[in-house]
Amino acid sequence: MSVGTAKHRELGLTDSEFALIVEQMGREPNVVELAMFSLLWSEHCAYKHSRKLLKQLPTEGERVVMGPGENAGAVAVGNGYAVAFKVESHNHPSAVEPFQGAATGVGGILRDVFAIGARPIAILDSLRFGELDSVRSRHLLDGAVRGIGHYGNSIGVPNVGGEIYFEEPYEHNCLVNAMCLGLAKTEDMVRAAAAGIGNTVVLMGATTGRDGIGGASVLASAELGEGDEAKRPTVQIGDPFEESKVLECCLELLEKGLLVSLQDLGAAGLTSSAGEMAAAGGVGIDIDVARVPLREADMEPFEIMVSESQERMLAVVEPARVPEVLAVCEKWQTGSAEIGVVTDTGQVRILRGEEVVGDMPVAALVDGCPLYDLEPAEPEGWIYGNRATLAPGTSSEDELLALLAAPSIASKRWAFEQYDSVVGSRTVRRPESADAAVLQLPESGNAIAVSIDGNGRRVACDPHAGTIEAVLECAQNLACVGAEPLGLTNCLNFGNPEKPGTAWQLDRSVAALAEACTALGVPVVGGNVSLYNEGPEGPIYPTPVVGMVGELPDPAQVAGSSFVAAGDAIALIGPFSPTFAGSELAKQRGALDKGLPRPDIGAVAAACATVRDAVRAGRLASVHDVSDGGLACALAECSIGAGLGCRVDVQHLRDRGCSPEEALFGEGSGGFLVSGERAVLEELGAVYLGEVGGGTIEIAAGDRSLVVGLGTAESAWRSLDI
Amino acid sequence: MIWGVLQFPGSCDERDALHACSLLGEARLVWHEERDLGGVDAVVVPGGFSYGDYLRAGAIARFSPAMEAVAELAAAGAPVLGICNGFQVLCEAGLLPGALLLNESMRFLCRQLDLIAEGASVELSSPEGHQLDRSSAEVLSIPAKHGEGRYWAPDEVLDALEANGQVAYRYAPGQNPNGSARDIAGVRNEVGNVVGLMPHPEHAVDPLTGSTDGLRVFEAVAAAGAPA
Repeated sequence: MSVGTAKHRELGLTDSEFALIVEQMGREPNVVELAMFSLLWSEHCAYKHSRKLLKQLPTEGERVVMGPGENAGAVAVGNGYAVAFKVESHNHPSAVEPFQGAATGVGGILRDVFAIGARPIAILDSLRFGELDSVRSRHLLDGAVRGIGHYGNSIGVPNVGGEIYFEEPYEHNCLVNAMCLGLAKTEDMVRAAAAGIGNTVVLMGATTGRDGIGGASVLASAELGEGDEAKRPTVQIGDPFEESKVLECCLELLEKGLLVSLQDLGAAGLTSSAGEMAAAGGVGIDIDVARVPLREADMEPFEIMVSESQERMLAVVEPARVPEVLAVCEKWQTGSAEIGVVTDTGQVRILRGEEVVGDMPVAALVDGCPLYDLEPAEPEGWIYGNRATLAPGTSSEDELLALLAAPSIASKRWAFEQYDSVVGSRTVRRPESADAAVLQLPESGNAIAVSIDGNGRRVACDPHAGTIEAVLECAQNLACVGAEPLGLTNCLNFGNPEKPGTAWQLDRSVAALAEACTALGVPVVGGNVSLYNEGPEGPIYPTPVVGMVGELPDPAQVAGSSFVAAGDAIALIGPFSPTFAGSELAKQRGALDKGLPRPDIGAVAAACATVRDAVRAGRLASVHDVSDGGLACALAECSIGAGLGCRVDVQHLRDRGCSPEEALFGEGSGGFLVSGERAVLEELGAVYLGEVGGGTIEIAAGDRSLVVGLGTAESAWRSLDI
Repeated sequence: MIWGVLQFPGSCDERDALHACSLLGEARLVWHEERDLGGVDAVVVPGGFSYGDYLRAGAIARFSPAMEAVAELAAAGAPVLGICNGFQVLCEAGLLPGALLLNESMRFLCRQLDLIAEGASVELSSPEGHQLDRSSAEVLSIPAKHGEGRYWAPDEVLDALEANGQVAYRYAPGQNPNGSARDIAGVRNEVGNVVGLMPHPEHAVDPLTGSTDGLRVFEAVAAAGAPA
């Protein structure tokens, strides 16, 4: 049953890749085999354009319990417990059907976390859309937020934070990245490697249908363009109730020690989970598709193997334990079927009853895909557009209000109130009450903090500096709540890596990620790469999204980001030296251009340590990272949150070479806006700026000084409503 | 007092409710298929999405064996507290009057709110009900999180609830998050031993996570019923 060469191209394989498959197989693959190869050799599964680059990332650390290659990474948090976490993209499905795309993105990352035996304890999300004056962007935003809420709320995992940016280059290709954290007893954690010749392979959870067929190759590894509507059937449909049952079922099975290994079925369904389990264990696997419980009776073997039906898990079980496993599945009213066996053949064999319908070497299927070198070339100048929305000569007051009302800066209450942020009784800091989410861990007697960041616009200006800034932003957010980083996960969202300009962005960005993580001593324990994020108008902003998890000893000491009391001193800690380049103000003036100043990682790390220690000692009343919209927006946010005005003078930043405008609205790493007792702040080396109090935000900045009423500022900041 | 917290497939807040109950007494989970509640004195029907709630919130859970046992326990006068989905289940089961409809905004909403606790005594109620001066009433800070929490009942039922002192909790003025009739956040049965509310007292038992006011809700229910 050989297939024509046109078929492999349709499935996304190049002629040379197809030739390599024939060579490794010793014959032409049949339909089942070709479908499976096309998925496992897709960019989404094989990382063929990024794997070489990713080798630069530091992955070792004394707290690392699981690193890259497992379903999720994990770090030790003490008392025999570990926190597992990972971020993953679901960009293309969300661009086609935002509700289900985002919902199943959450479902997928939850499964990655409980697949290693960790109970999910938090979700965060990082979203990117086009500008909100576009009907399409509003539709995508509304659908994605509803979808994330629908799935997470229904399954009882709190959504504790995230970020949303709105930029023109995401108009056709929105980004939906979801991060999940889970808590596990280290001794109960399980790996994904299949082991034990003769052990039974059990498929648990939902039935297998035709949804999502070809999602990995057709959707995830090709650019979006005309005819996306026709791709709708390849977007999976989520069922959080089924996931909730499968989750509880898997955790009970692991707690009872009934499983040898466990793996979720994500992109490429049974093909990738069976193939990857076999590869990791150095064994073979036989799968009988006739035993897979189906949603539709007449499915072909290749359809069963590549289906991306959600809420399914694959487990390896010792034969003697199978009855107990099936009984637990029965208790949770979730499906279970013995569909295969672990073999010593080193082959993935697909059977339909007695008939062999596919037989491939695991090594060829999982690790045989060629890895490509990028051919990077730095583009000339600013390759993205500029659109001015602020007229030249606008007053400082109006500029502040325009920045506060910018959807990327404005309060995201509209979105996060659609998410359950409190279930689980761990959430010490809810969204927008501190710079990082804080979750208490009574099990280990401490707490963790988590932040997710990545400003694509700044990475577009300078992939190297912008990526370092993303890592520093996370580190700063953690410092604000007194947390020390333990580990990092990332999702690299880029355009087509076969184009030299995008290749250059990716190359520079990964190098910067490695440099920043190495300098900060933060290991990368897992991640995801999403390439080919392009629309008809070109690539998205290069968007490395960084999720960082840290530890803090006492959640009761966490300061909030809002000012606390009138009369408190306001001061600035850190090597903050803001510039106009790549700022929200530059965007609104239509003046974006290439280049950002290089951040001083060491100096920012030192400031983080100062702030972290001060927070832990309870010496700061409030602390807020200076980020989008600069110092003026940070001041406004601290004031609005407290209902207290402020009167400050930012002229000191003149000493750092900043113009009055840059002192107000310039952006850059390394700024912490703190409040408290003046003597304490000065002892910490903070630069005194002014005082909390009154009903206005008053900022002296030479000829750009401004006074804005607190209510006016708040109205602007709270203007985001879809 | 021994608290039993029901657990359905799709429950979300059962562990948090279990923790809250354990602060007040002994507490254990009760699986939905249990017809025998194992000698518990009081029951919490917790929040979540029982059986997925794809049909209508609480519509399937009310038929579970454990709910049959809860109905008997309630009839015997034991304390029963339904939270969010649990409130929906108790309404579906006919143990509490009224129904919970989709929020007016048609969206799920999670927000910390002020609730006003109303005693069962007739003095607190009047034809004007919620317009009474409640300066001395107990105000509780408790989070609400739901998509189907708009309390509804026919006007004559609402009038009777107010006249009988069956309105247990109202949203503070201006804080009604879902369009509930007469700002009603929770109700009790005529006897007073069965109470349901949409906000989540089990998520307000720890100062670190926001408030400890939720404990007052558990205490009030425990005091209102006769332990079985």
